[in-house]
Amino acid sequence: MGEPFAVKDCTLIAIATGEEAHNLREFNDRLKTLHPGCIYYHFWGGMLRPSFDEPEYQNDFAAWAWRSLHDTRLAERLAIVDPSHHPDIEDLRRELIDTIEERLAESEWVPWARSGQRFKFIRSQIVVFDTGKRITRPKDMAEQIAGLSLGSVFYHFIDARRRTDSGRSDFVEWLQADDSQRYAEFIGSINAIDPYFTTLAELRRELALAFQTCPVERETHDRHP
Amino acid sequence: MTAILDEYAAIVGEAVIDHLRQLAAPLKGMRVVHVNSTREGGGVAEILNWLVPFKQELGLDVCWEVVTGAANFYQCTKSFHNGLQGNPVGIPPVLLRAYEQTNADNAERLRSVLEEADFVFIHDPQPAPLLRLCPNRKGKWVWRCHIDLSRPYRAVWKYLREFVAGYDASIWSLADFAQPLPHPLYLIAPSIDPLSQKNRDLYPGEIEAVFDRYHLDPDLPLITQVSRFDRFKDPLGVIQAYRLVKEFTPVQLVLAGGGATDDPEGEEVLREVREAAGDDPDIHILLLPSDAHREINALQRASTICLQKSIREGFGLTVTEALWKGKPVIGGDTGGIRLQVINHHTGFLVNTPEGAALRIRYLLKNRDRLDAMGRKARALVLDNFLVTRHLREYLTLMFATMHAGTDRIEL
Repeated sequence: MGEPFAVKDCTLIAIATGEEAHNLREFNDRLKTLHPGCIYYHFWGGMLRPSFDEPEYQNDFAAWAWRSLHDTRLAERLAIVDPSHHPDIEDLRRELIDTIEERLAESEWVPWARSGQRFKFIRSQIVVFDTGKRITRPKDMAEQIAGLSLGSVFYHFIDARRRTDSGRSDFVEWLQADDSQRYAEFIGSINAIDPYFTTLAELRRELALAFQTCPVERETHDRHP
Repeated sequence: MTAILDEYAAIVGEAVIDHLRQLAAPLKGMRVVHVNSTREGGGVAEILNWLVPFKQELGLDVCWEVVTGAANFYQCTKSFHNGLQGNPVGIPPVLLRAYEQTNADNAERLRSVLEEADFVFIHDPQPAPLLRLCPNRKGKWVWRCHIDLSRPYRAVWKYLREFVAGYDASIWSLADFAQPLPHPLYLIAPSIDPLSQKNRDLYPGEIEAVFDRYHLDPDLPLITQVSRFDRFKDPLGVIQAYRLVKEFTPVQLVLAGGGATDDPEGEEVLREVREAAGDDPDIHILLLPSDAHREINALQRASTICLQKSIREGFGLTVTEALWKGKPVIGGDTGGIRLQVINHHTGFLVNTPEGAALRIRYLLKNRDRLDAMGRKARALVLDNFLVTRHLREYLTLMFATMHAGTDRIEL
């Protein structure tokens, strides 16, 4: 491998935007003009917040449709929206708007929430810092990954998707930097990990398991024939 | 590691403390000033009592200043507090002048330390005008609002808004409380200190002692609500729920709150509660002094289930305290209780005395579930509502404020 993997950590701070929606039509109107960071936060920010919720309502929009609008049909349709299948936030925004407009078109009335249950749009700032930890070989990652903080898992596996050119995780970017193609198949197994319908702790476990199957580097054998 | 950091590390793990140290490293040596209006008593002083030494341990140059004033200043700020929580209070101009003059007097004393600071955190409305009174300030100024401002009396908020709009940022406990202002509105939930008298582990004898002291039956399930005698806390609803349970299963109830205060409504509610309790020997109304932290701690630990059946609630730190002691909480479906009580995981959210009774009966009958929920309750607080998380967010906010307008800050 060339450069060692630099382990970073991150922390999010939530910001109230002051934007809110009392009913589904207002929600749809706000969605059209919202800061893209709000959509990101309401899909991914939950991973770093307290939650024991069932994964089918993993995103805040679906959870609001279910809990406050009591529109289970809409909640189900929003819950299945997977942000990792969209190339960018604008594409995700379009799918959300389509889903809501479809629901508005088929409803005889506009679902609304009680005044204490308005949807409050939130965005976040992310602060990233270097932990000083370096991992030099992919095989070592299997042992090291279990000791990474959930903030590190979020940064390298979730946040990386909006940061890297490939839209993949930092782990994949690092492995792809090796020209030998020896990790091509293994990269496939990392890419196959679904980051969405899970928790950060579970993701960490899945990554550790995947790295246990990582091919041993050939240089090791070259040096010790 | 220092003694204080060691103590926290023993509870939250060394990784969490390491995380804080790494985050704080670039802020080392920065001059930070917190300003509030009291050094003892009340939630804000409680927070600053741990926050200031904790930040100092991490290498920040932190000090805590207090504004002081005469009786008319406190009369005015008490009215602000009531108005901001929705009571339509009229505040005479003479009190508003006293408020502004008191701040001007305090500014004379504090100006140099405030103007030289890299960060100034002003807590609640009492010292809010200090920003305008420090025209040569160098650092970032942040207004921390600890009050539930979800439905403020508009006249009071309109007056105070003028003083806080000029800050670089503000901090709110919940999105529901945040009012529109022309700067970033950061959201930081409150927290509890696991090392405080109210929350630290007790000796087994201390917990058993409360049964004797308050004539409680150690063999009966104990349902407890710790809160002021305030209609928003619905103590009458709690008694109604208890009676509905008692029809089916033996149980005892403790309603523990502050002693008689100068709040006339508090006394009236207490009278109604006593009337509703009648001569039932299994209802115990306890009036405890405001510093009975260890006593409250023991009562919560002695309880089988804790209640916070509020109709309206700010964040609800009594809920956090109960969850930390491994007790499932049956709470009103309102305010910050919703963030902490996760249905079927850490307790139940309810809207009526009947709902509360139903959930109490369910938990008393399903002791395995009760125990499992208690364990999850403690884990929820460990991960999310301890001072370490609170401090992490304060540090994050400092970077965020230094890089306002940037969504991503790489240190």
